[in-house]
Amino acid sequence: MTALPPIFQDWFTSRGWTIHPHQQAMLDQAASPALMLIAPTGGGKTLAGFLPSLIELADGRHEGLHTLYVSPLKALAADIKRNLRRPVEEMGLPIRIEDRTGDTTYTQKRRQRADPPHILLTTPESLALLTSYEDAPRIFKGLQRIIVDEIHALAESKRGDQLMLALSRLQTLAPDLRRVGLSATVEDPAAIARQLTRHPDPCDIINADPGPDPDIAMLVTQERPPWSGGGAKYAIPAVLEEVKKHKTTLIFHNTRAQAEIFFHNLWLANTDDLPIGIHHGSLAREQRERVEAAMVAGQLRAIVCTGSLDLGIDWGDVDLVIQVGAPKNVKRLVQRIGRANHRYNAPSKALLVPANRFEVVECIAALEAVKAHDLDGDPKGGGPRDVLCQHILITACAGPFDADALYREIRTVGAYRDLSRAAFDDCLDFCATGGYALRAYDKWKRLLQTADGRWQLRDPRAAQRIRMNIGTIQDTDTLKVRMKGNYKPLGEVEEAFAATLTPGDTFLIGGQVVRYENLKEMTVEVSRRADKTPKIATFMGTKFANSTQLSQRILRMFDQADWPELPAHTAEWLGLQRKFSKLPEADRILVESFPHEGRHHLCVYGFAGRNAMQTLGMLVTQRMEELNLHPMGFVATDYATLIWGLDPVTDPTPLLQPDNMRADFETWLSGNAVMKRTFRGAATIAGLIERNLPQARKSGRQATFSSDILYDTLSKYDPDHLMLRITREEAMRGLVDFGRIEEMLTRTAGRIDHLNLDRVTPLSLPMFLEQGRIAVAGAGRERLMEEEAARLMAAAGVSSL
Amino acid sequence: MNAYNFDFCGTRCCALPSGALYLPEHAVLCVSDLHLGKSERIARRSGVMLPPYEVQETLQKLETDITTTQPRQVICLGDSFDDLDAANSLDEDARLWLTRLQAGKSWVWIEGNHDPGPVDLGGTHRSQMTIGTLIFRHIATAETAEVSGHYHPKHRVAGRSRPAFLYDAHRLIMPAYGAYTGGLSSQAADLRKLFSGQIIAIMTGHKAIPVPV
Repeated sequence: MTALPPIFQDWFTSRGWTIHPHQQAMLDQAASPALMLIAPTGGGKTLAGFLPSLIELADGRHEGLHTLYVSPLKALAADIKRNLRRPVEEMGLPIRIEDRTGDTTYTQKRRQRADPPHILLTTPESLALLTSYEDAPRIFKGLQRIIVDEIHALAESKRGDQLMLALSRLQTLAPDLRRVGLSATVEDPAAIARQLTRHPDPCDIINADPGPDPDIAMLVTQERPPWSGGGAKYAIPAVLEEVKKHKTTLIFHNTRAQAEIFFHNLWLANTDDLPIGIHHGSLAREQRERVEAAMVAGQLRAIVCTGSLDLGIDWGDVDLVIQVGAPKNVKRLVQRIGRANHRYNAPSKALLVPANRFEVVECIAALEAVKAHDLDGDPKGGGPRDVLCQHILITACAGPFDADALYREIRTVGAYRDLSRAAFDDCLDFCATGGYALRAYDKWKRLLQTADGRWQLRDPRAAQRIRMNIGTIQDTDTLKVRMKGNYKPLGEVEEAFAATLTPGDTFLIGGQVVRYENLKEMTVEVSRRADKTPKIATFMGTKFANSTQLSQRILRMFDQADWPELPAHTAEWLGLQRKFSKLPEADRILVESFPHEGRHHLCVYGFAGRNAMQTLGMLVTQRMEELNLHPMGFVATDYATLIWGLDPVTDPTPLLQPDNMRADFETWLSGNAVMKRTFRGAATIAGLIERNLPQARKSGRQATFSSDILYDTLSKYDPDHLMLRITREEAMRGLVDFGRIEEMLTRTAGRIDHLNLDRVTPLSLPMFLEQGRIAVAGAGRERLMEEEAARLMAAAGVSSL
Repeated sequence: MNAYNFDFCGTRCCALPSGALYLPEHAVLCVSDLHLGKSERIARRSGVMLPPYEVQETLQKLETDITTTQPRQVICLGDSFDDLDAANSLDEDARLWLTRLQAGKSWVWIEGNHDPGPVDLGGTHRSQMTIGTLIFRHIATAETAEVSGHYHPKHRVAGRSRPAFLYDAHRLIMPAYGAYTGGLSSQAADLRKLFSGQIIAIMTGHKAIPVPV
């Protein structure tokens, strides 16, 4: 056992602490080249990660960078800096700690490169950027440890892949580098360990005491949850009561839009003027920082927030977590609950607030899963090649590289261990020449081979543009929002949302109602409004998919004769669905037809998960198109697909016929919106589409044309191009999830119950408020556009000029 | 045909769904802002290599329109090339294709801000020209009965934004014809100030559809 040095022992003693067993274990195994700690929040996980670094740095002899700390969130880096400085200052250790994120100033960043601190706290994107500089070898020389915090969250996304690629680079620059991963409780620690380690080296795993089960329940309200909607406005009085009863409450929402609406309504009802703040990723940085500072200072009684506060941030006195809206994923719920009550070995307290009746069912299913320790998770595929392309470009920015050496280095990344040389060469060719069948860019290659066979940028100035576009986060294009005549932004909205606004429309941002004035220099200008309710309720936001396990639990629940575990109103609602229509069953597909607002609706309950249900929507509307049923659009949730169109569907059987579904699927794959969206993501990451351009967009004219045009052109002239292959594979795995459609069709074996009803059914109600409606670009849309144009022409009283 | 016929300043006009304008009385086909060689120029200047098929795509579209309308004269209303270097580095296939299209008809390159100089590709090079009652030039002026391009107008109907012709009693602004061209919203002040009174947009796409702005 490695004993704590006296100065550390004294510090622990002075605070009345003893070292936790897992902190001791981390110390004992500090020499391990790869080490992962699994610990619940509040278990002193961060200190356990940093303790070996602090001890190694205590004698003041190490020069330059010693430890890199990488976290998925900027806020987390800032927070850790605060928490780490305390022991360092109290023990008087000669250790310099700094953070470096997208928010760090330019001057500070330059200084950090010239004179790196001992401990640098950063994000995967900022680290990738650092490795792109020519002086990366000097910056990282002597680097001893890298700590990847919340690795379970990173491991699920392309950000994790990018980070691990950067790590392989760092390992070459600093061969003694030891890797440490800190993770919350996950269903498969070994899978994450394989991603962390240098392949094929083993990775040691330390499991901390998971602590007591959380104290978690559904919030009981006087008011009934509404039939539909996501705002949970009905629960505001009950939530306010809970806020009053606790020191500090975090109120989580699944989307930014919901957080905005809830916050707004909370303030309208907050007659006691309790200090309540809002925090989400669309808000301007200054605003977020103000809330964070107020929270740390203990000035806030509650924060309405989204996933931007989701990960391991130590806010100290949080004693209640409220989750508004169904958690969608049990693992995320458990991690969120970990926010509450950071005292080790004390149960965390959490309340679930379903936003509507369907979510009551989802919440109860999630509660049962938490009790059963039934965490969900999906296996991850091989390393994505769009991220690899970006990595090659980043490598080229740092200077000439040898392709063989780079290939060997990439294969040490767990996710890329099976990458073939041919696949690597494809990516290199894409970066160098565009990889087109028509070799059009011989004169203007992006990468050239030098006389010694190494690769380098043709034009070194291109490095700036590549650096500006580093990152894999797929935020949809956003526009800044600011008050007219005021420079400071209020926050951001998605471009697609901004496009729907006309002057005079009001919407919510940063908890206030604003009026859309105009679009100026790619910024949305607004003015303040005293209105209580915005005309346009929401802007879009990220959505989580329900896990398979939760869907299965819900279907089992539907099968019960009655539902004593559900609140009366929800049991009653399911009863109504059973009376007026039918409850979906696991081995049958329920299809409902009904009219609504002048459109014919078709609701297919497949319970195959959001992505597969979305694909089903695509396939069914394609078949409707062929049958001249004029589908207009659809929306998918985890349990159903709702389709609307100009004509009624009398028999859904041919629409759900498994024969030819695979063939239809192949045809459909080439030309649909999901593919285009997937393409856009992959092409942006791989460097074919630039998100950020050196000069600010001034004119309001689109600086780039739509990625759809690139997709269509490639599909037509170069169908085997790398970007299209990546798009197809990704769509199959992620957004398309065709496997689960086939599974659903096999499971139900043609047993379809079609019910013709005269109105919206209880179970389909929540579908009408779902975001993410997808328009079908077919004859129906053309017909509608013509009708609309004719109507406008008539209304304007002109047939022509 | 899915074209839209209308009278503009005393001349019979036909807006094709592709974004080309045909004048039946004069057998003139007009297209604007082809931006040929755009992907080459982007690669040269930024290193980003877009699918290099936009010349093929644009010429294919032009060939289809020429076959359908059989014009005596073709007017390319400026910004036909993304810059003069792009014009000069068009590959052999594209040059031959253009020559084929030009055969047996009068071909006019109107100069644009992207392609101010003459090009070595057959046809005549003009700063502007008059056909019947209409004057054709790249960038709109205060003159009436004018057909111009340059702005790449787009218009939104029923949630869909598409390249569109815009016209009022005095001027007509053509949509960009090239495959890789962005667009400027019909709501933009730069565009709106050129017009007065009732503006009509003609949507391109599957069918040319008129709609009041």
